[in-house]
Amino acid sequence: MKRRSTFLNVSAGMGFVFLYAPIIALIIYSFNKSKLVTVWGGWSLKWYAELFKNDQIIDAALVSVKIAVISATLAVVLGTLAGFVLTRFGRFRGKMILSGWTTAPLVMPEVITGLSLLLLFVAMEGMFGWPSGRGTGTVIIAHTTFCLAYVAVIVQSRLVSLDETLEEAAMDLGARPASLFFLVTLPLIAPALVSGWLLSFTLSLDDLVIASFVSGPGDSTLPMVIFSKVRLGVSPEVNALATLMILTVAVGVIAAVFQMRRQHRSKEIQE
Amino acid sequence: MSIIAESVRLTGPTLRALILERLGQIKCGRYAVISIPGLWLAVFFFIPFLVVFKISLAETAIAIPPYTSLFEFDLEEALLEISINLGNYRYLFEDDFYLAAYLNSAKIAAISTFFTLLIGFPMAYLIARSHGTTRTLLLSLVILPFWTSFLLRVYAWMGILQKNGIVNDFLMSIGLIDTPLTILQTDIAVYIGIVYTYLPFMVLPLYTALEKLDGALLEAAQDLGCKPAQTFFLITLPLSLPGVVAGCLLVFIPAVGEFVIPALLGGSDTLMIGRVLWDEFFLSRDWPMASAVATVMLIVLVLPIMLIRNNAEKQGEAA
Repeated sequence: MKRRSTFLNVSAGMGFVFLYAPIIALIIYSFNKSKLVTVWGGWSLKWYAELFKNDQIIDAALVSVKIAVISATLAVVLGTLAGFVLTRFGRFRGKMILSGWTTAPLVMPEVITGLSLLLLFVAMEGMFGWPSGRGTGTVIIAHTTFCLAYVAVIVQSRLVSLDETLEEAAMDLGARPASLFFLVTLPLIAPALVSGWLLSFTLSLDDLVIASFVSGPGDSTLPMVIFSKVRLGVSPEVNALATLMILTVAVGVIAAVFQMRRQHRSKEIQE
Repeated sequence: MSIIAESVRLTGPTLRALILERLGQIKCGRYAVISIPGLWLAVFFFIPFLVVFKISLAETAIAIPPYTSLFEFDLEEALLEISINLGNYRYLFEDDFYLAAYLNSAKIAAISTFFTLLIGFPMAYLIARSHGTTRTLLLSLVILPFWTSFLLRVYAWMGILQKNGIVNDFLMSIGLIDTPLTILQTDIAVYIGIVYTYLPFMVLPLYTALEKLDGALLEAAQDLGCKPAQTFFLITLPLSLPGVVAGCLLVFIPAVGEFVIPALLGGSDTLMIGRVLWDEFFLSRDWPMASAVATVMLIVLVLPIMLIRNNAEKQGEAA
């Protein structure tokens, strides 16, 4: 028994090291003074200064954040509707189709999604003159479509585990469908909406492939700029950028864990 | 008896549906609500595939957009000409390059999935066996990379695996090798990249399955004289099979169509279908050929996966 748990600890420990070693190496090398990325030249914040002077990266970051905020919000609205319709509307015509369309983007290779949306935009432009050209608007539509699927899945699983008696009680008391949804269901699934929004935001901010297909020449997103910079080799500025992004996420996740534990504890005390 | 059963079944969602249906005006609203996400997905998810299929039957042309149209309508002579070009598909099946790319993508994805399972299983097991704060901590350690940029995590390996990178420096300093190994721009780097980026996708479903595992069963097996290895293969593994299947699908599916990992870590000879499609589109600017590659990929790779998934879901619901 003892031997087995040692084996387990060592092999699992190696897994965690594997998961974190590259991230830690990246963070350490972002403080490297030397321009040769692999030669250690002492500690320095030089590349962070360079990063903030790089207008191309800053502009792309702003474009990406704007796209991510808008498409995450749209995805939450549409994904919540889809998840709600699929779990609470009973049977209706076309339910199987809607359910298939909602989950399919999850298994669709990004290259196919990107190509097919681009070809759609080009065909639509030829036929109706809209969207004229491609840019942030088309990227937002593309990101909304694939983030919608993630939101719908999260909302669906939350709705399934939700106690239906609250909604039934509201209906017995005469709540109309719209007020039932906005006053009872929506507050109950709010945590799912928050995590759906955050997941969509992250996915949109991170997407390279789909954005490369559907964005216009002037609207490079942050991943597109990073990709073109690192394709030929390691870049110290990107190391600095990566460190900032990773630390932001780490702070967010740690805060979320603490928040969850606090809620959990206060619930325990109440009980 | 059956009447009672019927009336029991009528409560809950069905009863609500009945109430809703009785109010005609609400039924109208019902379809309005359904149609909002429905229309969005029809226009931006379903129709695009029809467009891809249509363009895969066109020919490349030096024009904007760079393909010929399938239908020509001559108003004066009332003549509708339809030209369908199957040349792209013929080329796709005649040239070994494409077949090799499809097979190689499946091979790379399968091998990477196996190693992800191998590394992920002990991690999931350890998390499932730990309690309280340790469990929360380990779980958040697995989830954290999931929220950080995928592109940057792949990029991190470039600095580690390159000729004068950390791995080679380390191996040379301990005297294991004399000259640096070429790891970056080989298939091995692609395997490492896929295993690394998709590890959380494997650990989380495995953890969910292992967490439900009843510890009493393991104790019973031991009391009855099972060796640890036997207990593992007779009890733990079969009972965690749903998690294994879910995890493997979550890794295999995106890995097959992967573009970023072979583009950054693989060599020019690392053949993967996602990359072939990308090059066909962005380098050769052959939109009809790229569409044909996508159509075949959809039929050969995506449809079977969706069927397997649906099947697994149905079985899960039945169980």
